[in-house]
Amino acid sequence: MLRLEKRPMPSKAWTIATPVLAVIATMVAGGILFAILGKDPVEAIRIIFWDPLFSDQFASYSRPQLLVKAGPLILIAIGLSFGFRAGIWNIGAEGQYIIGAITGAAVGLAFYPAGGWYIFPLMVIAGAFGGWLWAMIPAILRTKFNTNEILVSLLLVYVAEHIMSAMSFGLLRNPEGHGFPGSRNFRDYDIAANPELITGTGMHWGVVAAFVAVIFAYVMMTRHIMGYQITLAGQSPRAARFGGVNPNRLVVLCFGISGVLAGLAGMFEVTGPAGQISTDFNQGYGFTAIIVAFLGRLHPVGILLAGLLMALTYIGGDLAQLMLSLPKPAIQAFQGMLLFFLLAFDMLTNFRIRLSRTETA
Amino acid sequence: MDLSTINPVLLVASLMVAATPIMLAAIGELVVEKAGVLNLGVEGMMIIGAICGFAIAVETGSPLLGFVAAAVAGAILSLLFAFLTQILLANQVASGLALTLFGLGLSALIGQSYAGIKPPPTPKIDIPLLSDIPVLGPILFGHDLMVYFAILLIAIVWAVLKYTRLGLILRAVGENHDAAHALGYKVVRIRILAIMFGGACAGLGGAYLSLIRVPQWTEGMTAGAGWIALAIVVFASWKPWRVMLGAYLFGGVTVLQFNLQAAGVNIPVQYLSMSPYLITILVLVIMSSSKARSAMNAPAALGRIFHATH
Repeated sequence: MLRLEKRPMPSKAWTIATPVLAVIATMVAGGILFAILGKDPVEAIRIIFWDPLFSDQFASYSRPQLLVKAGPLILIAIGLSFGFRAGIWNIGAEGQYIIGAITGAAVGLAFYPAGGWYIFPLMVIAGAFGGWLWAMIPAILRTKFNTNEILVSLLLVYVAEHIMSAMSFGLLRNPEGHGFPGSRNFRDYDIAANPELITGTGMHWGVVAAFVAVIFAYVMMTRHIMGYQITLAGQSPRAARFGGVNPNRLVVLCFGISGVLAGLAGMFEVTGPAGQISTDFNQGYGFTAIIVAFLGRLHPVGILLAGLLMALTYIGGDLAQLMLSLPKPAIQAFQGMLLFFLLAFDMLTNFRIRLSRTETA
Repeated sequence: MDLSTINPVLLVASLMVAATPIMLAAIGELVVEKAGVLNLGVEGMMIIGAICGFAIAVETGSPLLGFVAAAVAGAILSLLFAFLTQILLANQVASGLALTLFGLGLSALIGQSYAGIKPPPTPKIDIPLLSDIPVLGPILFGHDLMVYFAILLIAIVWAVLKYTRLGLILRAVGENHDAAHALGYKVVRIRILAIMFGGACAGLGGAYLSLIRVPQWTEGMTAGAGWIALAIVVFASWKPWRVMLGAYLFGGVTVLQFNLQAAGVNIPVQYLSMSPYLITILVLVIMSSSKARSAMNAPAALGRIFHATH
């Protein structure tokens, strides 16, 4: 009989090894999935993980895309990791991302067609504020009324999607858009746009913000009392309470950080890569960021790497769609699988497997 | 705006249809949570049920086989969650989310060739004399079998939990898994069975959406129904009959909102469409704010990992 024995401390080596193992296992299982779909599995995996970076034909286009896609994922995942560490579950980053995009874009469009250096910074503040505000709803309901924050933050995603649709048909609709839904495109409004900073790299302000967030999170987690309290609250809520940690304050703080970062991600996305508020502006980054946060072991540097890897699956997925006509949802299933394997292998971090021959009672 | 176009009899009749998928998923989740497990993957299991039920019904021409397939598919998917949380002792919140993300992707993948097809119609029961009764007839006696099956399921779950030994064991496992284990009950095995029951119910709920309620397949068609089912379990404070009440409340808001849209109320459609979610949140707030009540009814071991040390 195999028996699980709890480790006194999570194994350091396995903590680093499990994400790697999970990626390998996902490749194998993904390969099987692709084979079922009638595609050559080896070729499919190569196209997803190798070609976007190294093939002569596509790399020049897809390498910059890596930063474009990874930016919002890292930004959102960093925010989520604060809460997840403390056992506070913000599952509605997608909604905060949408609202941040709407408030950021709305402030910018309100100035149209004025020019002024202050417009873009104002939009950044508005985007962060919008995301923060949306995150405060589940946080306040949790602290004041003891309402489950998982369900509320998630249900608010659907509300945010409807608001976004209302905006693109109503208030924010482009008056010169011939009645089509969708706001003005920020590509035509230079002062409020978020363009590529260095040509050919994909680097835009959102990516810069993501790097800043990684550093900020690293410092906060390792050097600041807040980071210590968050970790303590996650590992032992009782000990944290005796240690003077106010759980309600922690909920508001963690939701606040992730709301701000998700809102920023939305704002940078709508003014940059997406260009406009439209009915299908959101692409599920808020949900994929949950996988990124776990894959990165809730550690800032890990999240940076996991964000880049997840971005690669998006780009490689697009490429596989083009080359193999691999259906788009296959990548989403693939990403979900990654989270499964990660959670499964996590057992090795927290438990030792023991062979027990005869049961000694 | 013309509110007189809203027919109250039809409203109540369609409310029962709108409530059924949520009711099925929620009663399944209630059993899972009574066993002490929090499965946030309801949305994922529902949508897998929706596409598998739809696909089988289209291929075989039999809605009944579709429903069976949906239940089986939901149960199989839930086994993934059961394996992660019960055998590998993974975090339940994260595993449930993984189930939802995976289910949404996989269902879209399976459903690619099924978009835009009409499923075979599910016959309505027409009891000759009863359905002719004015007002009550169309409300109570003019539905498809699944509407009655969902209500019957509520009654069965209620009776089993309340009056049988099986229900007692299930509740014991959910209240105190260590004590149940010490008494010799197979905690893990019971929980896995409960999770599978929840998966089958969620699958049925999903298939009801794609085969009867909507009836077609579109990507992401559950649109949060699974999450609302989870909220309804909290609303019901883990009591079966209250699940029915919650589902009808939600169904009522959904149907009313559609009717107001059709009547041309002066509010943008999107604000009406978001109302069911907002009302669900509001109801959650009201139910959770009375701390004593929710603390009394939530299974004590809910969400806690069980690891037998001896």
